[in-house]
Amino acid sequence: MRLDYPSNVKIIRVPCTGKVDVMYLLRAIQKGADGVYAVGCLEGSCHYNEGNFRARERIEYVNTLLDEIGITGGRARMYNLSSGEGPTFAAYAKEMTEHIRKLGPNPLKHK
Amino acid sequence: MKSESNLEKILEAGHFAFTGELGPPRGANAEHVREKAKPLIGNVDMVNITDNQTAMVRMASWAAALIAIEEGLEPNYQMVCRDRNRLAMQADILGAYALGIKNMLCLSGDHQKFGDHPTAKGVFDIDSMQLVNMVKTMRDEGKFLGGANIDVPPKLFIGAAANPFAEPFEWRVHRLAKKVAAGADFIQTQCVFNMKKMREWIKRAVDMGLTEKTYILAGVTPMKSVGMAKYMASKVPGMDVPDEIIKRLQGAEKGKVADLGIEIACEQIQEFKEMKGVAGVHLMAIEWEHKVPEIAERAKVLPRPVV
Amino acid sequence: MIVAERKPFEEIKELVKEYKKVLVAGCGTCVAVCLTGGEKEVDILKTELDMARRMEDNPVELRGHTIERQCDREYLEAFDSMVGDFDAILSMACGAGIQFLAERFPQIPVLPAVNTTFIGVNQGIGWYEERCRSCSNCVLGDTGGICPVTMCAKGLYNGPCGGTNKGNCEISNDQPCAWFMIYERLEKQGRLDCITRFTPAQNWENQVPRTLIQPGYKKPEKQ
Ligand code: SF4
Ligand code: SF4
Repeated sequence: MRLDYPSNVKIIRVPCTGKVDVMYLLRAIQKGADGVYAVGCLEGSCHYNEGNFRARERIEYVNTLLDEIGITGGRARMYNLSSGEGPTFAAYAKEMTEHIRKLGPNPLKHK
Repeated sequence: MKSESNLEKILEAGHFAFTGELGPPRGANAEHVREKAKPLIGNVDMVNITDNQTAMVRMASWAAALIAIEEGLEPNYQMVCRDRNRLAMQADILGAYALGIKNMLCLSGDHQKFGDHPTAKGVFDIDSMQLVNMVKTMRDEGKFLGGANIDVPPKLFIGAAANPFAEPFEWRVHRLAKKVAAGADFIQTQCVFNMKKMREWIKRAVDMGLTEKTYILAGVTPMKSVGMAKYMASKVPGMDVPDEIIKRLQGAEKGKVADLGIEIACEQIQEFKEMKGVAGVHLMAIEWEHKVPEIAERAKVLPRPVV
Repeated sequence: MIVAERKPFEEIKELVKEYKKVLVAGCGTCVAVCLTGGEKEVDILKTELDMARRMEDNPVELRGHTIERQCDREYLEAFDSMVGDFDAILSMACGAGIQFLAERFPQIPVLPAVNTTFIGVNQGIGWYEERCRSCSNCVLGDTGGICPVTMCAKGLYNGPCGGTNKGNCEISNDQPCAWFMIYERLEKQGRLDCITRFTPAQNWENQVPRTLIQPGYKKPEKQ
């Protein structure tokens, strides 16, 4: 299935969103990404039981950290879908891109 | 006699004691203390002066106690372990006795979290049981807790509190025994609403011979409203208010709830007069001091004995 | 272990606002286990500070380094060759570690990035509970292995108080009453006599800084 999703999204594969560490997310913004999001399995269907719950918590935490730093607006997000939902994946990518466009570029870029 | 307390004389003579309560004001308003004292004069044998009750700052208990003495009342100086260490406690005890205070009640104190300074450092250097024992050592051995001799020991009548209801119920009477062994001359109980449990607790105390060694005054609080009963049932830690009481109050005619509250209190007092092991009643008419003459009258505890 | 909690970012930022070169010092023992001041947390704090200071157009040079234990001289040595380059050290160790670091480098401001909170246990990942106030006079033998100093909100030695509420402490329905638990446990063990005895006033020994020298070890020489 060939999917049409915004080319500005750079994908990093991890075995489970539970592997997504606070530092990965923070580092992305530190290095200049405008936003960062994790796409995990549907809640309740994590192979490791709670990997995606942990990821959601961490994403929320990263947003609080970013707020403290002065980078507001929720540039980190979590999305859930089941495997084989290619179109949903593309839709989320679009949604995230629009969300970030509205916020404008990462303010650190000009620093 | 262990002390010079009027309450001790009354109890020694075998009279049924009747004591009251007075909460000092949140300010230096001495008049307020005098006002609250008036309805108690001649109607109670002794009045408890609370110590930073519910962890809210109030006029010092010893100071309000002195005003009560001026008004002709015998105060029961309450002291909580929350606000003082052993040095301050012993100093205050000496000062209180030097100025004419003859009774004291040793309490742990409500946790500071509930009061108006919730982040204060709770002292709890010693606990209420250890406080009882410290006062006893000061009085009977003439020694400070640290072991040094006291020049004129304070001859105080030593009181402690007991909660006959809180879980584990089995343990309650043993804790009473512990307090008696530590030196409590008299006990004032938590407000009693659950008479069934109270009878059971007293029976156990009698069986263990504790009522031979200490005088137990049962705590009685008249309910002013259904709201108060519900509040006490659900919000006040350690309180046991059976549903029957709430139902009975709810059944009262409009405008007659407070009157029924007093009636229930009088029924309790009546039963306590006849209950083996109960030496008196401690009436806690919370912010209702002016009703004390009426309650005393209706409970038939007047006139108070003069010994 | 010793449990600490990271200070709010605003407070940390304020502490280091004057400095241009800051060494963030982590500790690999207790504070690492409680996810507050180990290598990973050093990394996060460094990243946060870097971004925040860039946002304010006041960049700061940061370096992170985590050692095994900041409360141990042997490991502190690792910082000796490093500290010369920095105008402040932000320590993520417990209060003891921070002080030991400050003592070793008295010429450099050593600042705390965490609030040392308690001696506690690991109830689950990221979930710690206090258990001991290091009173120097352990009574657990008489109280069924439940600490009355720590677990009772009033630190009573002859509890429970009158506020105990159906097994909970008067301070909250989420806090079990220590003395209720003590009773239950000793009853099951048939050892209620442990608490029928009156426990006299405690001799508080934690009112002055304490030192322990094990037999056979003379006082270590100050470096
Ligand atoms: S009694 Fe409590 S505070 Fe004291 S050493 Fe034992 S566990 Fe720690
Ligand atoms: S309710 Fe229990 S734990 Fe709480 S202060 Fe009283 S005795 Fe201590």
